[in-house]
Amino acid sequence: MSLGLTRREFLQGAGAAGALTLAPGVFLYAKDPEAPVTDAVRWGLLVDTRLCQEDCNACVDACNEEHNLQDLGRPETDAQWIRKLTVRDPLGGRTISLPMMCQHCENPPCVDVCPTGASFRREDGIVLVDKHTCIGCRYCMMACPYKARSFIHENLTEQLPDAPRGKGCVESCTLCVHKVDAGENTTACAEACHKDGHQAILFGDLNDPDSEISKRIREFGATQIRADLGLNTGVRYQNL
Amino acid sequence: MSIASTRYATLDAGRNYWGLLAVLAGVVLAGFAGFLHLEHEGHWITGMNNQVVWGIPHVFAVFLIVAASGALNVASIASVFGQVAYKPLARLSGLLAAALLSGGLAILVLDLGRPDRLIVAMTYYNFKSIFAWNIFLYTGLLAVIAVYLFVLFQPALARWTRAAGIMALLWRLILTTGTGAIFGFLVARQGYDAAIMAPLFIIMSFSFGTAVFLLVLAAACRGSGRVLGDALLFRLKNLLAVFVSAVLYFVLAYHLTNLYATEHHGFEAFILNFESLYSKLFWLGQVGLGSLLPLALFYSPKTRNCRVSTLVGASLVIIGGLIQMYVIIIGGQAYPLVLFPGMEESSSFYDGVVASYVPSFWEFLLGITGVGIGLILTVAGLGALDILPEDLSDPKPAS
Repeated sequence: MSLGLTRREFLQGAGAAGALTLAPGVFLYAKDPEAPVTDAVRWGLLVDTRLCQEDCNACVDACNEEHNLQDLGRPETDAQWIRKLTVRDPLGGRTISLPMMCQHCENPPCVDVCPTGASFRREDGIVLVDKHTCIGCRYCMMACPYKARSFIHENLTEQLPDAPRGKGCVESCTLCVHKVDAGENTTACAEACHKDGHQAILFGDLNDPDSEISKRIREFGATQIRADLGLNTGVRYQNL
Repeated sequence: MSIASTRYATLDAGRNYWGLLAVLAGVVLAGFAGFLHLEHEGHWITGMNNQVVWGIPHVFAVFLIVAASGALNVASIASVFGQVAYKPLARLSGLLAAALLSGGLAILVLDLGRPDRLIVAMTYYNFKSIFAWNIFLYTGLLAVIAVYLFVLFQPALARWTRAAGIMALLWRLILTTGTGAIFGFLVARQGYDAAIMAPLFIIMSFSFGTAVFLLVLAAACRGSGRVLGDALLFRLKNLLAVFVSAVLYFVLAYHLTNLYATEHHGFEAFILNFESLYSKLFWLGQVGLGSLLPLALFYSPKTRNCRVSTLVGASLVIIGGLIQMYVIIIGGQAYPLVLFPGMEESSSFYDGVVASYVPSFWEFLLGITGVGIGLILTVAGLGALDILPEDLSDPKPAS
């Protein structure tokens, strides 16, 4: 490395610059794994319900594959990090379909009630469960307004390194934090929706006014589910 | 019988005593074996699921914790409010409270997804969580009761009795407030999110705790050949009747408030319309069997001076209390979360439908274990310490 920079210093500098252009159209998002997460960004999702197809389950399938959430044949206890929700207006019968997952609240009730602090919110807005300090009391599941969390009711095998999971702990959507931390800046659900051509789920930085997600929210508006609770969710919906 | 002359004695450790201890030890051991099985297999062998996350173990645990707080009624009335008639029973009041609390806490710990991480629960605290506060409140009450009993057992410390009693009274009121707040603080659930949960739980504790105390006292006296005078028994019964009425009043206030707000009509219909299981349990179990029938037994001219009716009434209060806990804890979860008010919701995760919950044998075993722990500690305490007065017969009229 020229200029006497170590590899880490070089990558830190590149990370600070955002991205390093290796070739036209090819970027290396360098990120120091030890660099602290900051609130300079707030990761979130924007869901356009007009583009979400009721018969499509691509986001759910992708999430299950990404985190190896297995169908154990017990739907009442099987974990679901994301689910397709059908909402029907009894007046007129308008029906919409949308993905429901952890809403990554700024003021998450699950974090408030967790006795050990295992439920926590990162500075960048991602709400997670620390699997080392979760005692499996399930109070967070009682508190979550979105029923976004699952308890692991049995022994699991073949967990993936990026998705540590185990019996007796509570878990939920991580906003694909392993992808975010690797600089991929996307989620399995958003990727799958994009690949299927629906583009109903958009991942991005809510703090960056120039991000696509911020532009769309600014232009078309977006709604929080249970906005009355004042949680300032990181997942927003259009055309509810 | 004057206070100064009150003599206490341990229970005679005869065959019946050891037999009872052995039965209770068997219950606790069976429960522990069940816990090991649950710990090995995971919670899928229970009826609890991702919709109803707290089940029968929590019904028993919360009942025992609430009853523990109420079992201290007699101690508070004796030591804080100076009612002489109850002073001989203050020791039993403290012992029973500590024993019931231990049983309830044991259930909560054994039901954890990771009970092996108890040390984590005791070393990592999020003080915004009422659960974290409760860990201090529960263990703290055990310490406060220990101090209270120590003071009662030391004649030289008699002048501190009132101070220790006040400490125990305040602590248990805060504790039961904290227990009710576990539900009251749940902002998103239609059946909870109500400030009245805290005082409701306090008055429930008065009722359930007095009922348990009355039965344990009667059983201990009968088992040890002591005479329990009518005056004392019926005085406790009259107190219990007031508490049962007060619980009904708080339940009425809770539902009337909900009924006034249209947004709660769905949940109120779920509990009140006599169609769901929870509604039937509410009307027949909580209100009928657990409240109105005991009140009739306690107040009816034909039965109000009947010892058997008093004991049956207290037993019904306990059964009704467990049913009330079931309606609050399970019913509150079974009613679907409302994500989109006014809309119909459906999903593969049981949105928009009443969640199913069928408790399993293992859950009941865990709940019974907590009861067993509470009783075995009580019986062991009565056998080891001078808790029970030798004479609880009615005072003789002055000649």
